Order: sequence, then structure tokens, then C-alpha cells
Amino acid sequence: MSKNIHPDHLFSLNNRVDAKDGKLVLANMIWVIFALFIGGSAGMLQTFIRAGMFELPFGIGYYQLLTLHGVILALVLTFFFIMGFQIASLSRSAGAFNDKERLLGWIGFWMMSAGTLVAAAMIATNEASVLYTFYAPLQAHAFYYIALAVIIIGTWFSVAGQLMRYFRWRKEYKGHKTPLLSFMASVNNVMWLVCTIGVSMSVIFQYIPWSLGIVETINVSLSRTLFWMFGHALVYFWLLPAYMSWYVVVPKVLGTKGFSDNLARMSFVLFLFFSIPVGIHHQLTEPGIDAFWKGLQVVLTFAVIVPSLMTAFSLFAVFETHGRKLGATGILDWFKKLPWKDARFVLPFLGMLFFIPGGIGGIINASGQMNQLVHNTIWVVGHFHITVGAPVILTYFGVMMFLLPHITGRKITKQLNNMGLYLGYTWTFGMGLMSAAMHFAGLRGAPRRSTFSEYGGADIAQEWITYQILQAVGGTFLFVAIVIAVILFIQLMTGPKTTEAEEFPVASMMDQSVPTTKWVENWRVLIIITVFLLLIAYTMPITQMFTENIPGAKGFKLW
Amino acid sequence: MHKFEKIWMSVGTGSLIIFLVILGVSAVHAGHTPAASGIETINPEYVREDTRFAEPGLHESEDEEFDYNLYFVASAFSYEPSEVEIPQGSRVKVQVATTDVVHGFQVVNTNINMMVEPGLVSTYNTNFDTVGEYLIVCNEYCGVGHTDMTSTIKVVDGGAEDNE
Repeated sequence: MSKNIHPDHLFSLNNRVDAKDGKLVLANMIWVIFALFIGGSAGMLQTFIRAGMFELPFGIGYYQLLTLHGVILALVLTFFFIMGFQIASLSRSAGAFNDKERLLGWIGFWMMSAGTLVAAAMIATNEASVLYTFYAPLQAHAFYYIALAVIIIGTWFSVAGQLMRYFRWRKEYKGHKTPLLSFMASVNNVMWLVCTIGVSMSVIFQYIPWSLGIVETINVSLSRTLFWMFGHALVYFWLLPAYMSWYVVVPKVLGTKGFSDNLARMSFVLFLFFSIPVGIHHQLTEPGIDAFWKGLQVVLTFAVIVPSLMTAFSLFAVFETHGRKLGATGILDWFKKLPWKDARFVLPFLGMLFFIPGGIGGIINASGQMNQLVHNTIWVVGHFHITVGAPVILTYFGVMMFLLPHITGRKITKQLNNMGLYLGYTWTFGMGLMSAAMHFAGLRGAPRRSTFSEYGGADIAQEWITYQILQAVGGTFLFVAIVIAVILFIQLMTGPKTTEAEEFPVASMMDQSVPTTKWVENWRVLIIITVFLLLIAYTMPITQMFTENIPGAKGFKLW
Repeated sequence: MHKFEKIWMSVGTGSLIIFLVILGVSAVHAGHTPAASGIETINPEYVREDTRFAEPGLHESEDEEFDYNLYFVASAFSYEPSEVEIPQGSRVKVQVATTDVVHGFQVVNTNINMMVEPGLVSTYNTNFDTVGEYLIVCNEYCGVGHTDMTSTIKVVDGGAEDNE
């Protein structure tokens, strides 16, 4: 292709995911469907056990199941989806990968697959019932930690291939602004590379030597702090691909333009800065960290809310402008004009609605004093089920609706579109009920990560059990939704082929021709600011964990 | 920037700043700093040999700020003491240490909720003003018997002096 073509023309020429890249995307997506079924089934069983309605056979433990649920959904499902969707987005917006870039994607895929299988084997044999947060000094089999390290390193390979594709575009079209989707994927990838440094150091230098018996004890505070340095950025790593869809895909599904290219880039840059130096807000009630550093990270956490508000604004700006263009009058009439029969819109839209209480809950959790009341109660579980478990996953479903047939050369039929709508509404009802019950039970003190218990007949525990029964009802609806999803996704890939494949919708922006804000694509500046904030937030707390002579902890296997 | 965008972002960012000011005032002025902050070390293998935790339970405080020190030892899967009585209105410094893995220490229906980690002492200063029975639960996964890990605080009528 001639290098003289302006990227905006290229943008319109390049309207599909390259066929070879498509295979890689599809391989990742098949893991997503598989993980959804396994992890979701585990989740449903958990709600039944906690309600006291079911006991596991064959000596399977509740916490074994909980570990499986966490690892398979929070790590495996999301990682494979994110890699697949980002590769598709880059191939669609910046153009096909070259062989080297694609090979890196495949190496990543196989490493992630191998790691997943080994981790699953460790969980299945009850060698790793330590949850996906692997809190030391509970000590799993060394293979569990090694497997998780391999999964993370696998993502690095895939991410490296993606970043190379992005930077190759930049070199080929020097001076032009990069396609928005490719920029967004790159922000998420760079954020990922920085935030996973903490957890990989912890796994490689703490967990693996300790679980192999090379060292006897582990510095628990340090391991937790390094984990959460990654653990909160992880939630934004899940969220940003959903935002990619909200900013770029959804407007095109409506048949209109996105609100602002510059605003979208700016909000992603803010996520890059503020996703990482905030992990200590997960550790507000624990010893080993001074109140000052907890407070500082609370302030930084609040900064992350700003780009979320920007996102909310631009989405509803698009919805309202679009509705008015279609002739809507009055204050809320435009709402009716939205494509309520199109699953590609309804799925992410339901997700956006969940994000309103989800975001409010997030502000509550980050507020130190209120965190005190909800920390480690099932409120928190309710919170992340209406964030990652609804806005993020419903948007992923919405993406899979068009991405699977796009790659396999099929179309969304009317019947499959309707299935998508059923999936959305069933999921919304089930998740709404389950997470509401979790929030209320949490406010009454019910702990998270706990199997069924009457707590010695305490009155308050009876009250919790009532809420747990409601959670089981919600869990049942969610399982029905998962069955619908699995059948839907398989049909989207295996139905009759069509001459023209389903579109991968990519909107242009209202300010498409305006140049980007100056430093937004200056990666050197972006990375320096990111690392600088990370150092401010973490240097002192981590230094103290080394200098204060905290006694190390021996490993325990208490399950 | 669009006018509505400016309004929206100003209101949004403005309310975040108000939230942060409230948090800050509450922390600095009212002393509501995060629980268990700071570093006080203890060897997890010798918790019971440590003078602070040799006899878990309620002890008169030597510190003027408090009436009592309340020591709890957490280990898989129980707390010591398994029940404790506290006179209503007492100002208490609650300290908890673990002999093995990470545990939670949540006194249901109160603000007491903190993590307990091996190697460190977790501290929370509080007043017990309302008579009643309070369930303590472990709210951090610690192993197969996690939900068996409970204790009870009974806040009883009258000061310590009034009892025998």
C-alpha cells in the first residue's frame, strides 16, 4: 500500500480483521467461551453452598471451587478476551500483523494455554486452594505459582507483538495520529507491562523460591503490596477494552460518530497514570503501612474517577445527539430512539447502567473510613460483580456478538440477535439480584470468602443466610444466562457461512480531522509520568517493609 | 471543550474534591485514620511468649488514654479469648496478632474491622458504648475451618468499679 495514502483513507479501506490474525483472535476467544462455562458453573455452585442448600461431593472443597472461579474468570477469561480483542482491534484499525508480530501473539497464546492447564491441574488436585489472590503464608504447590507466572509472561509476548504492530504503523505514517483503537489498545498494554512488574517480582523472587523450599519464610506485607500494585491495575486492564468498545464500537452500531477522539485519548492517558499507584486502597485496614501512605493512595484513587466521568459524559452525549438527530424532542425522548432491538448495543448498554452503582460503590470502597465498614465483607464481592461481572463482561459479550461471525465469515441472524438480547436481560436480572443481596448482606457484616456457616447460632448469621438464598436465586439466573451465551457463541461461529461477513463496527469521531493534544502520543513522557507516580506512591511503603525487620512467615497448608 | 462537558466535569471533579476534604477532615480532625496502620512487629512463632500476648483478654491499661488493653491471639481456626466481657463506656486499645496465616478481625455491628498478618500487630482504638453481644468473625480466608473462627465480645452494664 502506498505510503502517501492519508491514514484516514487507510482507515476506511481497512475494514476487516486480517484472516491470519483472525485465527489467532479466534483461538483466544475459544478459551473465553470455555472459561465462561467452567468458571460460571463454579460460581453457581458456590451460591448454592453458601445458602446451605447443597454440599459438594467427592471431597471437593468450597475454597477449591472458589479458587477455580477466581482464577478461571478473573484471570483466564479476561486475559484471553483482552488479547484476542486487542489483536483484532489493531488488525482492524492499523492493519494486518506481520509474521513476527503474529508469531509473538501465538507464543503468548500457547504459554497462556499451558499455564492455564497446569494451574487448573493444581487446583483440581487440591494443591492450590489459596484463591487467585494467593495470600501468603498459605502455601500452594510451586507449580501453581509457576503456572500463573507463565500465564503472565505469555501475555507479555502477546502484548509485545501488539505494541510492535502499533509502533510499525507510527513509523510508516509518521506525523499522522494513530488510529484511535490502536492507541487505546497500546495504552492498556503499556499499563499492563508496568503493573505486572510488581506481581511477577513477587511470584518469581518470593513465592516460587519459598514454595520450592529454597527459602524458609516470606515477607507477607511485601507480597501483598506487590500483589495489589498489580491487582488494582488489573481491574482497569479488564475495563479499558470495554471502554474501547464504548467509545469506538457502540457509536458505529448506532450509525453515528463518536463524541471526541481527543477526549477519548485523554481519558485513556489518565487511566495509564492513575491505575497503578492506587493498590494500597485494597490494604487500608492492614498493618505494615503508615496511615499517610494509605491516605495518599486514597487521593490518587479518586483521580481515576475523573476519566470515568469523562467517559460517561461522552457516551451519553453520543446517545442524546443521535436521538435528537432522529427527531427526538423533550428531555428524555432521545432515550427511546436508541436501537433497543440490537444486541450489539443492548449488551454494552446494560453494562453501562450497572457501572453507575458500580462506580458509586467504588468511591465508597476507596473512602478510607467507609472502607473500614465494608472491607472483606460480601459487599465487596457485590461491588466487583457489578463492575467486572456486569459492565465489563456484558460488553465483552457484545463484542463477541460481532467479532466471532466477523472472523468466521458469518452474520448475526435475527434469531441469534434475539438470543443476545435474552442473554443480556437474563444476566442483568440474575446479577442485579445476586449483587444487591451481596451489598445488603455486606452492610450487615456478612464476610466474603466464606462457606456456609451459622456462626455458632448467632442471630445475625441467620439474617445473612436469608440474603445468601437470594444470591443463589440470582446465581441460578446467571447460570441460565451462561448456557444461553455458550450456545449463542458456538452458533455465531458455526452457522451457515455468508458471502459478506458481519461488520466490525468502528466509528470515526466528531473531531476526526483535529490533531491530537500535543503530548498524548509522546510515549516517553507518558511512561515517565506513569513510573514517577508509581515511585511516589510506593517507594516509601515498600522501603519500610525491608527496613523495619518484619519477621518472615513460614508456609502453611490449612485446607 | 463543550460547554456541557465543562459543567459536567466541574460538578464531578468538584464533588470528588468535597469527598476528599470530608475524608481528610475526618482523618486529621476526628482521628478516623485507617485501622491497623503503622508497623509494630512480633515474631509469629513466639506470640504467646511475648509479654503483650502472654495472657490474651482484657487488661487494665497503664496508658491514660485508655481504660483497658484488649489482646486477641488469632490462629487457625480460633481466637483467644473465645469470649470477653467489657464494661460499657470503656475506652479500649484492641490489639490482635496471629500465630500462623493471615486472618481477619471483624466485630460485627461495630466499626472494628482489620486484617491480622503474621509478623505484625494490628491495633484499633475504640470505645464500647452500647451494651450487647457482638460476634467476632474472621473475614479473611485462612483455610478449611475459616468460618468456625469466631469469638464474642459482651459489653456489659456499669463500669468495672461497680462490679466485684
